[in-house]
Amino acid sequence: MAVRKAAPSRAKAPAIAQLSWNQIRPAPVVLVSGTEGFLADRAIRYLRDFLKEEDPSLEVSDVQADDYAPGELLTLASPSLFDEARMIRVANVEKCTDEFIIEALHYLEQPADRTCLILRHGGGVRGKKLLDAIRGGLGGGVEVVCAELKKESDKVAFVQAEFATAGRRVAPGAVRALVAAFSDDMAELASSCQQLISDGAGDVTEQLVNKYYGGRVETNAFTVADAAIAGRYAEALISLRQALASGADPVPMVAAFAMKLRTMAKLQGARGGSAQLAAKFSLAPWQVDRARRDLQGWSDQGLGRCIQMLAETDAGVKGAGRDPVYALERMIGLVSARGER
Amino acid sequence: MTVWDDLAGQSDAIAVFRAAATVPSAGESAEPRGDEASVRSSMTHSWLITGPPGSGRSNLAYAFAAALLCPDAGCGVCPHCQQVAARTHPDLAALATDRVIITIDEVRRLVTSAQFSPSVGRYRVMVVEDADRMTERTSNLLLKVLEEPPPRTVWILCAPSAADLLPTIRSRVRTVRLRVPDVADVAELILRRVDVDEQTALRSAREAQSHIGMALRLATNPEARDRRAETLRIALDLRSVSDAVIGAARLLQIAGDDAKAITAERDAEEREHTLRSLGVEPGAAVPMALRSHIRQLEEDQKRRATRSLRDGIDRILVDLLSLYRDVMKVQLGSGGDLVNTELDSDVRSAASASTPSATLATMDAIALARARIGANVAPALALESMLVTAVQKEG
Repeated sequence: MAVRKAAPSRAKAPAIAQLSWNQIRPAPVVLVSGTEGFLADRAIRYLRDFLKEEDPSLEVSDVQADDYAPGELLTLASPSLFDEARMIRVANVEKCTDEFIIEALHYLEQPADRTCLILRHGGGVRGKKLLDAIRGGLGGGVEVVCAELKKESDKVAFVQAEFATAGRRVAPGAVRALVAAFSDDMAELASSCQQLISDGAGDVTEQLVNKYYGGRVETNAFTVADAAIAGRYAEALISLRQALASGADPVPMVAAFAMKLRTMAKLQGARGGSAQLAAKFSLAPWQVDRARRDLQGWSDQGLGRCIQMLAETDAGVKGAGRDPVYALERMIGLVSARGER
Repeated sequence: MTVWDDLAGQSDAIAVFRAAATVPSAGESAEPRGDEASVRSSMTHSWLITGPPGSGRSNLAYAFAAALLCPDAGCGVCPHCQQVAARTHPDLAALATDRVIITIDEVRRLVTSAQFSPSVGRYRVMVVEDADRMTERTSNLLLKVLEEPPPRTVWILCAPSAADLLPTIRSRVRTVRLRVPDVADVAELILRRVDVDEQTALRSAREAQSHIGMALRLATNPEARDRRAETLRIALDLRSVSDAVIGAARLLQIAGDDAKAITAERDAEEREHTLRSLGVEPGAAVPMALRSHIRQLEEDQKRRATRSLRDGIDRILVDLLSLYRDVMKVQLGSGGDLVNTELDSDVRSAASASTPSATLATMDAIALARARIGANVAPALALESMLVTAVQKEG
């Protein structure tokens, strides 16, 4: 994130190599930037394993940049009697103290021999001066960008790479099922891949994934609301259960329904082009088109009844009723019947 | 002049407090004898003042506090009375909140300070303005100290009704009920306090339904009057569910504007004051180490904004309730004065367009919306549901 945000303000593109997390390689300075903490941890671990293999006497030390004592960096990097290789991991550079910036810049002008300094920057503008210096080529470093994997295709590629590294064949259906089951958290996705890799020896098929993580699908409140508003009662109930089972909270669920129904109610009976209506109700044009499509088959009374039910359900999930899930199910029942029951 | 002068239409309650304030405190005279006992019994150590919002509960509480602390039972001019009016009297502890609830820590501090003996006056007076804004756990903290109070400490609690407090607290206090002041009394008070013509004063008092604070605001602030008029207009113009949802959004916006008008200025002022006391120059960046102070302040302000928005919505709902009350009155032909006389013809046409039972259902929906907002339901949803009820029953 930080990398992307900072990009327009930087006059020139970074002068150092930009690597993805699995391409990490030793350098005097390695800047690990980006918000995806899991990938960053993994990249740093790979690098440590690699360096340790090269030289078993590797000395690893950790520094917290937000709690930095002046002189620490110099002490750790100064040459010792036996001249071991060193690896200094600096965490929380996004919250670093001013002393750290000054001393790190000083160090970069003349990096110590046989020392690998790893800076973990989790995003944000703090320490921009230091980042710009490294990206400008000071200290001869590389940057490993660990941006969040937002797109489905990125996650699919990640899973495929996981199995490829372990030398295992994986069916495309299995990859899809895995990504659907763990779409929120990279760490969960990676550990489920590791589980499958370490438990069996053969190919990973869709059946195997179903056996391990069968039925788990990460859905969000909007999927549930979409299904219910379109009148697909059974599908809405299933996705409600899936959403609740993978940690969704009932309260935002009601809010998602409210948001959709509110837009529909505003557009009920409104005439005009979608751009014009969008401006009138401060919505995006696609929201207007979507709501108009959703409105087919709905009556004014039905919409009214559903809105009343929503308010009741909101009270129910916030403690007025004994069972929040029952309140949600009742609401989904009424909404899928378009309020006619 | 006395401290009781500025309280409109509460002569019964004032008489009770006047009698109590003239009783000599424990330690001033020997054990009571004969009819002195009955005089003595007019004073007690813990009081609860109940009455509808805007009837002057807290003003009465402070007037009583002044009367207890003043050597002349509330002359209004001596240093004691003035210190009470400025809330700086050393023997007065006041607890009010501009957030949604009073926190347990605030009450803990108050309970501790209740144990001190008075330093200059006859009593130590503890005033809790919003006793209804305590959770059950917080209320329980007060129980002990109300049951076995230090000899010269007097507690004065204020709440809209006795039912807002735990039964265990209710049984430990003497309750004094205030009544809704007459419209004429409130109008008279407005005329005495601010410079408006009689017509405006009467109209504001009527539209505020005798809520003194609101009446003052309506009398002096034309924007507040406009907002009220728009609220009622929205309710009168409802035709479809679509209107209801759009209307609810507009009501919420009106409530937000209303709330912001009250808090925004204060927020900016407080922030500036905090920055100055922390030694940050105006316009300069706040250093890392001080950010937590600012964050704390912002959180407090946010809590206040929540409360302020809820109060704003509540005012709107009360205004709507007055409208449907008028419609109901016309439908039943019961006579009497309307609250919204300016909307007479609209009220009459709305009355002929629906039935008394439909109007009652709408009024119930308003009450339900108030209860739901109190229970933390999203205000937009509660208002939408309420207006949808109003549409369905009218159409």
